[in-house]
Amino acid sequence: MSAPSKTMPRARTGRTAPDRRSRHEGTPAARYTALAVLVVGSVVFVYPFLWMIATALRTPEGVSSGGIALWPVQWRWSNFSSGLDSFPFWRYFRNSLLSTLVPVVAVVYSSSLVGFAFARIRARGSHVLFGIVLATLLLPQEVTIVPQFILFKNLDMMNTLWPIIVPTFFGSAFFIFLFRQFYLRLPESLTDAAILDGAGWFRIWWSVYLPLSRPVLIATAVLQFMSYWNNFFQAAIYITDDKWKTLPLALAGFQSVNGTNTPLLMATTVVVTLPCVLIFFLAQRHIIGGISFSGNK
Amino acid sequence: MSEIVKGLESLLAGFHLDVALQPIVAFVIMMAVVFGLLGAAMWLAVRRRWIGRATAAFWLFVSPWIVGFLLFTGGPMVYSLVLSFTHWDLLSPARFAGLANYRQALHDPDVGQAVKVTLLYAVLSVPAQTVLSLAVALLMNVKVSGIHVFRTIWYLPSLVSGVAQTVLFIWVFNPEHGLVNGVLRLLGVEGPKWLFDPDWALPAVVIMSLWTVGGNMIIYLAGLQDIPSELYEAAALDGAGRLRVLWNITIPQISPVIFFNVVTGLIYAMQTFTQGYVITQNGGGPSNSLLFYVVYLYQNAFKFFQMGYASALAWILFLMIMVLTAVVFRGSSFWVYYESQRPQEGRRRVRAK
Repeated sequence: MSAPSKTMPRARTGRTAPDRRSRHEGTPAARYTALAVLVVGSVVFVYPFLWMIATALRTPEGVSSGGIALWPVQWRWSNFSSGLDSFPFWRYFRNSLLSTLVPVVAVVYSSSLVGFAFARIRARGSHVLFGIVLATLLLPQEVTIVPQFILFKNLDMMNTLWPIIVPTFFGSAFFIFLFRQFYLRLPESLTDAAILDGAGWFRIWWSVYLPLSRPVLIATAVLQFMSYWNNFFQAAIYITDDKWKTLPLALAGFQSVNGTNTPLLMATTVVVTLPCVLIFFLAQRHIIGGISFSGNK
Repeated sequence: MSEIVKGLESLLAGFHLDVALQPIVAFVIMMAVVFGLLGAAMWLAVRRRWIGRATAAFWLFVSPWIVGFLLFTGGPMVYSLVLSFTHWDLLSPARFAGLANYRQALHDPDVGQAVKVTLLYAVLSVPAQTVLSLAVALLMNVKVSGIHVFRTIWYLPSLVSGVAQTVLFIWVFNPEHGLVNGVLRLLGVEGPKWLFDPDWALPAVVIMSLWTVGGNMIIYLAGLQDIPSELYEAAALDGAGRLRVLWNITIPQISPVIFFNVVTGLIYAMQTFTQGYVITQNGGGPSNSLLFYVVYLYQNAFKFFQMGYASALAWILFLMIMVLTAVVFRGSSFWVYYESQRPQEGRRRVRAK
């Protein structure tokens, strides 16, 4: 390493101006090495992704001849349409959409409401209650899954999407936490002004705080969408009837239905992944900005 | 409870309500009653001046979470603990079993295998993920134009998660036509049968888990960008080398983030389900090599309908996670550095003077 010997004397003699090219940015050589490692790593990481798309475009015979190349060779776009036609894709898609979009809306509003109360309404016991909210984050869902199954069986909701949808109307601990942290960063004077104007607590939440929480609203919606679109555990427990199967459930059983037609399987996987990729690119800048763990202003 | 539901449903059927909607409408009616009673109680308490308006508003606002907690978390926890001391197959009434389920779990060879698979997976995947995502984040923490393209590329795989990722990797690890063995063949090596070989199945799943480190990387990047640049400037003035800066400034400053990722990663890894379930369903994971603990729990609960035994298994899992988390928390005081500790010490010293 030649880097230390080069900059050390300069730092010692020229005390007035600290080295502008600070250490962690490194020398050009170190930077190019880092860049080379990143390029190689990126190729390794993105390769399976692109290969999935390439395989999706091959004929069944082309799978063995195409090998690990990224070029599909055959360009069989019809795989996508026949992949979707080989099983009731649109029904599964509708089920997935229902069991994702309703929870997105439900969890955003319920978590915002509860988070607002924790952040802005002073009441005895609120700190203790918030501690319980946080404690539930550490609880593995397996501990409650058997009684929940029995509960939904008693509610006559087996083989429907309701067991996935209903709990989201009661808020989610992590999103309640996110909303609370966000609201704590807003100035308290917002509340005071609204109270002076004669607004009740519900009005304050609905017309003052909720419109201001766009970043955390988007972040919550995106995170919830991603996790429920890919939700497998709950779906595997509650849904056995083909009528209500979601896409992950159908994808998991694809091979037993269609044999091993790999291009069709990959085409379906691409389509299943597509909404998440789309939403990621649409909401990219909001995801990072909306999540803040500290409640400081 | 099911009697109330049945009663409400037959009532709703009288109104010619669609059969598919009956359960949810019955549930909504029950919830309306619960929240109606709650609202009435609060209104009365405010009228009688037992509590202030703000207090009433607070409890009404958090009531969705409280009711949800009682229905889906707190209540089920108690119920599951009770169930774990019974034998129950959902058909005949539950019988008290004492500690029989726990004793059975201790002697069940499948539980032993499940614990082995799950712990091995956690111990291998969590450190590997931590090192890889932190290393990549360090490399990406430079101000070079176009760096965000790399960030996007590394994050992209995290979007292919759950079943989609598993299905893709069953194909990537395919012994004949898969990507991994294809590359190995180019290098002149004949790769193992991966997911179809009892010795290689778990390592393959660990490798698969590394593909989605992009999410952790983003969290580390955010942490790295929060490190004050004065620290680096001071280190440069003192003539510290790159490794010293990494070891004495970067790692301690980011250690709370590492800690957070290790704890959540560990809890998450212990609950691995989808990979094991889907791969085994598609013919992989021979001789129980991918029998993750939650997969075994799922089988007992929802395939064999042994509700008591499954509940006991769930509580054993909970205990294992608690112990593991406690160990990591215990160990954390040796290597996790919190910025806020220092000024307090300083202040105390000043006051003592």
